[in-house]
Parts: sequence; structure tokens; C-alpha cells
Amino acid sequence: MELKSNVPPGPLAEKWTQHKFDMKLVNPANKRKYSVIVVGSGLAGASASASLAELGYNVTCFCYQDSPRRAHSIAAQGGINAAKNYQNDGDSVQRLFYDTIKGGDFRAREANVHRLAEVSVNIIDQCVAQGVPFAREYSGLLANRSFGGAQVSRTFYARGQTGQQLLLGAYQALERQVGLGTVKMHTRHEMQQLVVVDGKARGIVVRDMETGALESHVADAVVLATGGYGTVFYLATYAKGANCTAIWRAYKKGAAFANPCYTQIHPTCIPVTGDHQSKLTLMSESLRNDGRIWVPKKQGDHRPPGQIPEDERDYYLERKYPAFGNLSPRDISSRAAKEACDDGRGVGKTGRGVYLDFADAIQRLGVDTIRERYGNLFDMYERITDEDPYKVPMRIYPASHYTMGGLWVDYNLMSTIEGLFVLGEANFSDHGANRLGASALMQGLADGYFVAPYTISNYFGTVRTFDKIKADHPAFKTAESDVADRTKRLLSIQGDKTPDDFHRELGQIMWNDCGMGRNEAGLKKALAALPQLKRDFWKGVRVLGTNEEVNQSLEKANRVADLIELGELLCLDALERRESCGAHFREEYQTPDHEAQRDDDNFCHVAAWEYKGDDAPPARHVEPLTFENVHLQTRSYK
Amino acid sequence: MAGQGEEKLLNLTLHVWRQKNRGAAGGFVTYKDEARGISTDMSFLEMLDVVNERLIKSGREPIAFDHDCREGICGQCGVVVDGSPHGPRRATTTCQLHMRSFDDGAELTIEPWRAGAFPVIKDLMVDRSAFDRIIAAGGFVSVRTGNAPEANGLPVPKQDADLAMDAAACIGCGACVAACPNASAMLFVSAKAQHLNLLPQGAPEKDQRSLAMIDQADAEGFGTCTNHGECEAVCPKEISMGFIARLNRDYARAAVKKPRAGAPAGGAG
Ligand SMILES: Cc1cc2nc3c(=O)[nH]c(=O)nc-3n(C[C@H](O)[C@H](O)[C@H](O)COP(=O)(O)OP(=O)(O)OC[C@H]3O[C@@H](n4cnc5c(N)ncnc54)[C@H](O)[C@@H]3O)c2cc1C
Ligand code: FES
Repeated sequence: MELKSNVPPGPLAEKWTQHKFDMKLVNPANKRKYSVIVVGSGLAGASASASLAELGYNVTCFCYQDSPRRAHSIAAQGGINAAKNYQNDGDSVQRLFYDTIKGGDFRAREANVHRLAEVSVNIIDQCVAQGVPFAREYSGLLANRSFGGAQVSRTFYARGQTGQQLLLGAYQALERQVGLGTVKMHTRHEMQQLVVVDGKARGIVVRDMETGALESHVADAVVLATGGYGTVFYLATYAKGANCTAIWRAYKKGAAFANPCYTQIHPTCIPVTGDHQSKLTLMSESLRNDGRIWVPKKQGDHRPPGQIPEDERDYYLERKYPAFGNLSPRDISSRAAKEACDDGRGVGKTGRGVYLDFADAIQRLGVDTIRERYGNLFDMYERITDEDPYKVPMRIYPASHYTMGGLWVDYNLMSTIEGLFVLGEANFSDHGANRLGASALMQGLADGYFVAPYTISNYFGTVRTFDKIKADHPAFKTAESDVADRTKRLLSIQGDKTPDDFHRELGQIMWNDCGMGRNEAGLKKALAALPQLKRDFWKGVRVLGTNEEVNQSLEKANRVADLIELGELLCLDALERRESCGAHFREEYQTPDHEAQRDDDNFCHVAAWEYKGDDAPPARHVEPLTFENVHLQTRSYK
Repeated sequence: MAGQGEEKLLNLTLHVWRQKNRGAAGGFVTYKDEARGISTDMSFLEMLDVVNERLIKSGREPIAFDHDCREGICGQCGVVVDGSPHGPRRATTTCQLHMRSFDDGAELTIEPWRAGAFPVIKDLMVDRSAFDRIIAAGGFVSVRTGNAPEANGLPVPKQDADLAMDAAACIGCGACVAACPNASAMLFVSAKAQHLNLLPQGAPEKDQRSLAMIDQADAEGFGTCTNHGECEAVCPKEISMGFIARLNRDYARAAVKKPRAGAPAGGAG
């Protein structure tokens, strides 16, 4: 397998402009002849579907929810970055590029990241024109806030519902095309298989989640925009339905999987309360603009927070990272919280929590200002915990939140399978080993509005004529019967554990041995436990009912089976990456003050895994990363 | 403070609507043993998870219900608890409702949204695709990707932007329809239309949008609004009925002008 990045030649800042000029165009009359399947209707999928349809292609879009507007992008709270420099605080495309490369601990491709920073400004223009109600100053101009890992204010937001508003913008553009008949939207349809014909991605098999019917859909290109795989940890800030099935099935058809071990654990989530817990809720990082994080200095100090005097509190982020303080990047903040709790200084019933305290900010700015900035987040916190964060500090703890890893793509966002494009969180492309806050929304919309429509056109312009195939092609028939067989197998096991039982077990293994801190012994333990879990699953899962109806257990079982396999690849990748970088923290590789220690001599590369069959180990391929425009240096936020 | 350490266990009796599929007749089934020992720290959906796990383990099919984000923003969840869409707590979706809102020994009736335009698919799941078709009819700004002017070129007064955001906060869950004696969708339609009608970016298509969205809602079989106000009371995002009044004004003005012919917008209607 060859990993050709296809980064265009020329100076960094001119690559994208030149590439756009060099790419082949398809003349307007011919566009109608090409068809694209888009799986996913989040920021990446909805924006790509709308834009491709506007260009004149025939688009078919799928999502598993009952409406495209419900993709999990809807849950993003804090904001979206763009190098507009409206605050005149020294921001620029160059600085956003640099912050993102550094935030990712020098493990992302320079050219992709630069392009992302360049188009960031167009995203804001686009969204405002669609009617996205971003926060504004009294002047009527757009407002900004700060996010972790940056010293400028470049984050645009819509109260605490930025993802919702951006997704509604993209969804409305998508529905407009549905109304015009250029996009066919299939909700409650789940992709089960990718179909590759003569080396090209030519379609998918989906299951109608209401009737169980399997349908084959043929197209000239397939786009996966199916989100991240962070539910491999079971408890996560993701939607309950979030899964890896689409990318995992594509991996098994030949798409390389890059850096699966780069998973982000977000520092500010509401802590776990009990075994019944089904998901974890994020408290936006934007809260760290005004909230101060602390734990008691003394171990086992169980006094209520209000009774712990100032000089007995450890504002550990401010102490350890004075330059960035409470706005230190996520990986660093999460590990620091874990360290404090491991040290016996955690708070709350379980001792797995730290305080996020707004008392100072409320005193300085007044309750009204805080309510205006974060009111909905405070309400959400109160509903879940029954505590009033205006009066007592929030308790927070890290949780699985984002996956930087994903299917490998080249500069054109095409995977190692020709004609298979991967967008948004599902690809690995822009965030290296750690994503900065407010950069995922930016990437999803950059991919969907401004990159993929051009590169997919270029693909059509280059291939020009596709073999005419229909859904009765043998490759589709085989794919359909494979899916049907798997379903039959799942329904026939009738074991004694539910899909959720297995999912929770998977989460335990992953969180304990491949979570915020990883080491060789733990990873090897997980690598022994996971194949056993997989065997147990296929012997012991209980799925009731039939295929020919709404069957939520069947859906779950199908997804959990894939997540277990992906978990194994994740651990393998974590084991093989014998360095610490960004969110991948190998305990053996740390500096004396417990920071991640990279090994640029041996690991300054992307690791992309090739599936070699169920009974053979996958092959690890390497794409070297070269840094011509930034200096490889030790990341410091002190 | 509650939350820390005040967990209690509840024994409940649930009467749950079970219906095999669209065509089948449904009915209530009572669960008692399956709903014992429910922690007050659980969310309502986590309570249903527990009941479902117990059902599966005893060989009975779990209750189907819609949900995804479980943090009150995607709008996919929603059941009627004791006659109230999303349950007893103000401004709270079903997924954010916690069991501490209920007493030990409580008897709860759990049903799907009831409205002709929202047919039941299975158990507590309904088909809300009518909402998507209302958006496709006119709930957008006709701007093409890549053609947008500089974002700060057109300042928007803060109070307009804030009001538009109040409307835009709608999560499209459909509780307003479920609560309305007429099964009207006007709170949803008006929130979606006014979000755009109130902004300068959405103003040029205001007439077309107002007509198309309301016409589509009528075509989908939603009832007319007669100002009961139940919708506002159950809305988990506290969308104001003031938007309905505004949309009615926009609609009346537009109907006089009749801008339909030759309008550039989409139109699934
Ligand atoms: C709680 C939370 C808060 C966040 N806050 C921020 C923030 O403030 N700023 C920021 O930049 N980022 C934030 N993020 C990250 C960001 O929201 C996501 O990375 C991003 O929205 C992902 O978008 P996407 O389009 O790639 O995928 P998603 O929005 O997850 O969409 C995935 C789509 O794929 C579909 N799908 C998946 N599998 C299948 C299948 N097999 N068949 C059919 N369809 C399928 C789904 O139905 C859905 O439509 C946050 C994330 C979370 C969880
Ligand atoms: S599950 Fe998303 S709003 Fe309740």
C-alpha cells in the first residue's frame, strides 16, 4: 500500500490557490451525469451534500437519525475558530496555522493545516450569509471569545449552541437542495457496507432502520462523513448512536486507518455518578475563559468547597502553566486533572472530579454577564447534578470527546480507495495528535463547503467516464448477502448478555488501559482482553426480535461488534507508537515534569494501518511528516 | 446540596405504549418488577435503559424509543409522561429529565407524541419527517457556497441577532405539536421562519418563506393555531408564542402581495 499525500508543490501559502487552478473542471452540462453518495449529515456531510448539489451533481445523502439536523455536530457548544482578526489582537492565517500545528504536537500535515486556516475566514462569511445568528457586539459586529491553546480571541459563537446553529445553517442549505430535487435524503438508514468495483468506490449497502430492508445504492464517488469513534470508551460526550461502522467497514475494504490511538479526552465534563450512566455531558471549554480550576491542596480534604480557604486551594493549571493557565490545551489539562485525582485530591463523592469555580468571575463581572455568556450551560449542569453552579463550583472530570485519528486521506481528502472521500471527524487529517477547541467545526465545514466539492470535481474530471453499473451488479449482491448473513448470525446467538453489557466491558478495558495514560504492560493486557471480548460477544450476545422491524438491539449489537475490533487496532497503534505526543501519553516517555516526550527521530510520521484479513495482523505503513515552515520544538504552554 | 450523596432508590409502576409497527394496533403494557430500584441520579432515558436491559434478560423485547445526544439539543428524544410532553419539568427534554423529579411508588404513563402528522413507527417512536419538508419548502436563505460577502460587511443590531437566536434555539422535537389540542405546528414553523425573517440576511425571501412554510405545514396535516398556549408551556427551549404572532403578520402581509410566482426558492410542497 502506498501512502501518497499528493500535496501540491510550491510555497505553503500558495499551494491551495494553485491547486484549485490546476484541478480539472467538469463542464456544467456534464455535471448532471455524475452522482455522489454522502454518508452523514453533520457539518461535514450536510455542507458537502449541499455544495455538491449546488454545483450540479446528483447527491444521495444518508443519516441514521430521523432528521439530518440531528447529527451530533448539533451538540457542539463552544465555538468555531477563524483567522478573521476582528479583535486586532495579532491573529492571522499564519498564526492559526501555527497554533493548530503546535496544538497537534507536530503530528499533522503542514499543507492541510494551512489550507484549513486559509478557508476559515470564508466559513464565517458563508455561515453569516446563511443566517447563522452568531453573537454580536453592541456595534452590530461579530463577537469573539478565547479558547484553549491560543492567545488570541478568534472563536465565533452562538451562545452555548454554536454547533447547533452551524448545523442548522448547513441543514437548511441541504433541505433547500432536497426541495429542488438535487439531493435525495434518506434518514433512518444505516450504512452497512462499502462496495468497491475494479478498485473504485462505487456505492454502499444500507439498512432501512424501519423495515430492515437492505438497499444497494450506486454512485461515481462515495463520501464518508460519519463522525468519530470515541464511543469505543463507552462513556463519552458523543451521541448514543455514534459509531465506527461506516469507517470500519471501509477499512476492511482497503481504506487505511490512520493514527487510531490519537483520541482526545476532554478536561471539562460532568463526572460519572453511577453504573447506570449512559453518557457523559460536556461543559464547554469556553467556560475556562472565566472559570478557575482547582482542587484542595491537602489529600482527602472533604470540606465543602466554600469552607476551603484560598491558601489551601491548588489552582494547578495556573500554577503549572502560567502563560496559558486555565486555557491550557485539552490533553495537558486532562492529564493534570487525572494527576490531581490520582494523588487523592479529587473532589465529589467518587473522588474523580475537580472544581471549576466561577466565584471570582461572578464577583468581577456580575451574575448577569455570566448568565448571558453561559446561562444554558449552567442550566444544563443544574439539571444533571441538582447543584447550582452560580453558588457552588462545578465539578468536572475528563471524558472521551473527539478522535483525531480516522481514515487516512491525501491532500484531496481521498482515502487509499479511489473515489472514497472522507470528511470531518471521520478522517485523520488536520489535528495531529491533539485537536484545539473550536477547530473541529472549522474543519468539518472547511472539508464540506470548500475542499471536497473541488477535489471531487477534479476526480470526476480526471476519471471522466465511469463503467455503467447498477444495483444488480454481483459486487452489490455479494455485499448485501454478507450483511444479511451477519444479521442472521447476530439474531441467532441468543446468549445471555445485552449489547450494552459488552459495550460497557469494552469501555472499561479501553478507559483503564488505553485512556489518558498508556503503558506497554497495560496495552498488552488490553490486546489480550479484546480478542477474548470479541469471542465472548459472538458467543454470548442476546438480540431479540427480527431484522424486519425497528430493532434497536440489533443496531447496537452491530455497532458494538465493530467498536470492539476497532478498540484492538487502537491499542495496537498505541503500543507501536513508542513516544508521547499530544493526547497520546505513553507513561514510559515523559519529561521530568511529566510532559509528553516526543521522539521526532523515530515517530515524526503518520501511522496508517492496512487490513489484512480477520486472522492476520494489520500492516503498519508510514507517511513521513516534513516540517518546512515551522520549527519542530518541544510544545510549551508555560 | 443534593446531587452529592443524596441518591435514593425508587420503585415505580410504568404503563408504556407498545405498538409493533405503523399498521399495528397498540396498547399499554404495565411494568412493575422491571422498574424497581431506580436511582434518583438516573435520567429518564437511563431508567428506560434499565427497564430494557431487564426485559431483554427475561426474553422480552425492549421498548423502542428515540434518542441520540442525550443532552437536550438534538431533538430526537421525546415521550409524553402522564400527559405532559417531555414530562413534568419545565424547559427540560426527556433526556435531561432526571428521576429525582419523581416520587417513590409513582405510577407513570408513557406514550409517544400523538398527532396525525406524526404517525407512530414503533412503541414510543414517531415519524417527524414532516418537519424536514417544511424546512425544504422555505426555511433557508438561498445563498450558494462560496458567494458570501464579508461577514462584518453587514452589521446586525445586537437585539435583532439575539431575538433571532431565541427563535433559532428550537430543537425541532415536536413537543409543541404533541401538546396542542389542534396538533398545530405553529410554534415550530414560526420559530424556524422568524429566525431568518428577523435577520437582514433572511429579509429578501421573507414573503416567500412565510407563505411556503405555512402552506407546507397545512399540507402535512398539522392543525391551525387557536392560541391555546400549551406549546409554549411544554417547549424545552422556551420558545415564545410571540414568534407565532410575528409570523402571522408576515404571512398576512405576504399573502396580500402574493409573491409566489417566479420565486427563486426551493419548494418541496
Ligand atoms: C458535546 C460536544 C461538543 C463539541 N463542541 C465543539 C466546539 O465547541 N467546537 C468544535 O470545533 N468542535 C466541537 N466538538 C467536536 C465537533 O462537534 C465534531 O467533531 C464535529 O461536529 C463532527 O462533525 P462531522 O460532520 O464529522 O460528524 P457528525 O456531526 O458526528 O455527523 C455524523 C453523521 O454521520 C451519520 N452516520 C454515522 N454513521 C452512519 C452510518 N453507518 N450510516 C449512515 N449514517 C451514519 C450520522 O447520522 C450523522 O449524520 C464537540 C463535540 C461534542 C461531542
Ligand atoms: S436525545 Fe437529543 S434532545 Fe434528547
